[in-house]
Amino acid sequence: MAEGGNRAGYLLLAPTLAVMALALAAPLGLLALYSLTATTGPVLEGGATYSQYADVLGRAGYRALFWRSLGISALVTAVTVALAYPMAYFVAFQAGRWKFAWLIALTIPFWTSYLLRVFAWKIILGYGGVINSALLSLHLVSQPVGALLYNPFSVVVTLTHAWAAFAILPIYVSLEKIDRALLEAATDLGDGPVRRFLRITLPLSMPGVIGAAILIFVPTTGDYVTPTLVGGPQGSMIANVIAMQFERIGNWPLGAALALASMAAVGVTAALFVAAARAATQAIK
Amino acid sequence: MKSLRAYALAYLAFLYLPVLFLPLFSFNNSRFIAFPFTGFTTRWYSTLFADDAMLHALGNSLEVGAVTALLSTLLGLLAAKAVTQYRLRGTGALLGFVSLPLFIPDIVLGIALLLLLGAIGFPLSLAGVALGHASLCVPFALTVLIARFEGFDRNLEEASADLGEGAWMTFWRVTFPLVLPGIAASLLLTFITSFDEFLLAYFLSGTEATLPVYIWGQLRFPDRLPMVLALGALILVASVALVVLAEWARNLGVAPGKKSIGA
Repeated sequence: MAEGGNRAGYLLLAPTLAVMALALAAPLGLLALYSLTATTGPVLEGGATYSQYADVLGRAGYRALFWRSLGISALVTAVTVALAYPMAYFVAFQAGRWKFAWLIALTIPFWTSYLLRVFAWKIILGYGGVINSALLSLHLVSQPVGALLYNPFSVVVTLTHAWAAFAILPIYVSLEKIDRALLEAATDLGDGPVRRFLRITLPLSMPGVIGAAILIFVPTTGDYVTPTLVGGPQGSMIANVIAMQFERIGNWPLGAALALASMAAVGVTAALFVAAARAATQAIK
Repeated sequence: MKSLRAYALAYLAFLYLPVLFLPLFSFNNSRFIAFPFTGFTTRWYSTLFADDAMLHALGNSLEVGAVTALLSTLLGLLAAKAVTQYRLRGTGALLGFVSLPLFIPDIVLGIALLLLLGAIGFPLSLAGVALGHASLCVPFALTVLIARFEGFDRNLEEASADLGEGAWMTFWRVTFPLVLPGIAASLLLTFITSFDEFLLAYFLSGTEATLPVYIWGQLRFPDRLPMVLALGALILVASVALVVLAEWARNLGVAPGKKSIGA
């Protein structure tokens, strides 16, 4: 293509780049700047300091918070993907002419307000909630069960429900792409259903599994709504502590450092996971 | 194979049950969200529509959603055309940068934007929320529109140019109608994303609440819960209608049997 044609292409890209520079690059740059500021509060002044990062990395409380957030998200990711895989498999291989109807049916619950989808679990698991009032009226328990809500368990259950579509759809797409002739060839060459699944279907659907895992792991680690509504003190996560620095505590530089550290932790974990998953896929092939 | 179908149905029940509690309890004649039901009522819906703060927040959300949808779809349209129809250097890096919001937790983007607005002295407002939502939505718009551009025949544009149409008329009479289903789908998806987004709006909206920010405020008051559930039920019905419309638009002109779903 001619030189002039390419210039038109760059011109078309310019507005998007300008807006993304303002709404994405500039704020993140400023976040980095704030995380190195010596004074607390909203004003950017004083010299540069690493003390916030020393705090974030040094304090046992923050370290525990990071591990808990990453652990909860990793568990949510694993459970969501494991539950969604058979579902996606069913739609891709056995739903027949109802395939499209199944896909629509699976996505509909995700178009309610995210806040209310999360809140629904508070209603279900709460002390005076749906499960407890049902158990009481059936005389299965004499007192409401308090252990259902406000702990890491309720956070995992809620997030597993809230993010299910983000696992089903990518896995479905990768299963759908598999050439059916490969499966027939494997059967003809004497592979049983299990061996055929492990050697062909599973490795070929791994891109969908990896994509789903990343799509769920990244946002759930930083989720604010779910730990706030159903987490309680034992189930609080990074986002709660970051938000606190900007609200009640008013230590903006520390909040900025926590935010960047969490972004880095999520990025490194996700990259390690992708590398490990790819290696595992190579190994089973 | 029967067992897999049974699993699929059980999984579907797991997805639907919590969501169905919203409409169910919104018609229950009790302030308490618990079994057993005490009777049927529509009074929570009448309370809801008499609530000025809710109507105001709804108006704000519609406004932010419309601006976000138009802005991110327009940006996505320009960028998708550039990426698919020109051989530009650094396209990969650029797409990586633009899709960065997908890989950053919302809380980080939210406070980063809060810092930016503070630093440039821009007051917290719905405009700031729309800017934040646009950065979240551009990756979605771009994905939908790139898929649409990749599916169409470049020769049609060249034929139009050969027949004497200028660049502008070619765009209006050839490119635009061909990409239109993608544009419609992008508008609806970005609108819904913005309409449902809470965290950025929570940090950036200042005194003007959007609907999710309003809902968040109501969740603290047990008395208001049945009314909030009524609102949730209405949002569910409206969203499903919009999504069905978006899917229908996206598949316009696509051969039957090649239908797909999602971005």
